[in-house]
Amino acid sequence: MADSFNFELVSPERLLLSEAASEVIIPGADGDMTVMANHAPVMTNVKPGIVEVKSASGSSNRYVVFGGFADILPDGCTVLAESAVHVDDIDREALEQRIQNTKEDLQDAKTDAEKSRIAEHLDNLTTLQSAV
Amino acid sequence: MPSLKDLRNRIATVKATQKITKAMQMVAAAKLRRAQEAAEAARPYSQRMSAVLGNIAGAVTEGHDTPHLMTGTGEDVTHLLVVCTAERGLCGGFNSQIARLARERINALQAEGKEIKILCVGKKGYDILKRQYESLIIDRVDLREVKRIGYSDADTIAKQIIDLFNHGGFDICTLFYSEFKSVISQIPTAQQIIPAGTGNSEAEQANGGAVYEYEPDAETILNDLIPRNIAVQIFSALLENSASEQGARMSAMDSATRNAGEMIDKLTLSYNRQRQAQITKELIEIISGAEAL
Repeated sequence: MADSFNFELVSPERLLLSEAASEVIIPGADGDMTVMANHAPVMTNVKPGIVEVKSASGSSNRYVVFGGFADILPDGCTVLAESAVHVDDIDREALEQRIQNTKEDLQDAKTDAEKSRIAEHLDNLTTLQSAV
Repeated sequence: MPSLKDLRNRIATVKATQKITKAMQMVAAAKLRRAQEAAEAARPYSQRMSAVLGNIAGAVTEGHDTPHLMTGTGEDVTHLLVVCTAERGLCGGFNSQIARLARERINALQAEGKEIKILCVGKKGYDILKRQYESLIIDRVDLREVKRIGYSDADTIAKQIIDLFNHGGFDICTLFYSEFKSVISQIPTAQQIIPAGTGNSEAEQANGGAVYEYEPDAETILNDLIPRNIAVQIFSALLENSASEQGARMSAMDSATRNAGEMIDKLTLSYNRQRQAQITKELIEIISGAEAL
């Protein structure tokens, strides 16, 4: 059996998940990354996407997160998500609404830097929508 | 001297009021439990957030890249006071305590010649403060429609504040809310959120200790993290506030119910006395009438 580490998924409203996991896939700002036990300390931005948790007992769960941070240490990993829900509980209409809002933001954006940032965010959201 | 009928009506009125205050107390108790649970559930996030922030603050060397939100503008001219209060009254001294603390601060700052802007969150604080400082209030946030305070509400307020800051609207931002200690004690608190205090980050960094790799890089993360941290602070302040509000309302309504009970006792006593007096009077009339025959 692979080594396990303590994984925590926290949203501002509550502590969503705290368990021993063997493998966690995080949608990092520079691409997806898989975290396993004894990972080097990394701190990364999380983009909107799906966090996949393989717990030490073998079961696997998927959570949708909308941005946040991951704090990775050799013996633990904490994802601070701005908003997180289990894939099964995702509210498709809310997601649609978010995409709509982002599109409007894109039209209102003034500077190029802002535009590219929002476009990237929109891209992440649409990818997410097709994934769930 | 009120007549018997008047007294009966009074007693009925007070009884009806007592029923209402009693019901409000019970509703507040139920809401308090929920508010407390919400505040407790939100605690892990803010704890970890400050740990992460402490970690990263140590990693980013103070330079030009450090975001202004953290270091401040370097000036101390314009103050933004964010005053969080309840949407409803009938909760004892809750709203006025927060308003009083804010007023003291405003007066002290005005005496120093600082410029002041006020952002009201919640209707009651606005009502109290507009009497004196209407010209200073730049905006108000209404949470009346919000049943349960969510992170998105706090996020909206935070975005508004940060927007204002980026446009040079103020130098220092202080948050006023009521800290929930217990049902009978809520402490009005002032907390500075911009620039974010780095005073205690040293201690928090010590437990992190490890050398982190940052992806994409520390500044980018910090730039993203600090606005979020502000939103989290506002969020936890709002949660504390709602717990405090319900606590204050509960104890206020408890004493109102008790006062109503005392009042009913008093009124019943004088009602009975008067009834007795009337009976005695009638008896005397009958007896003296009989004697006269």
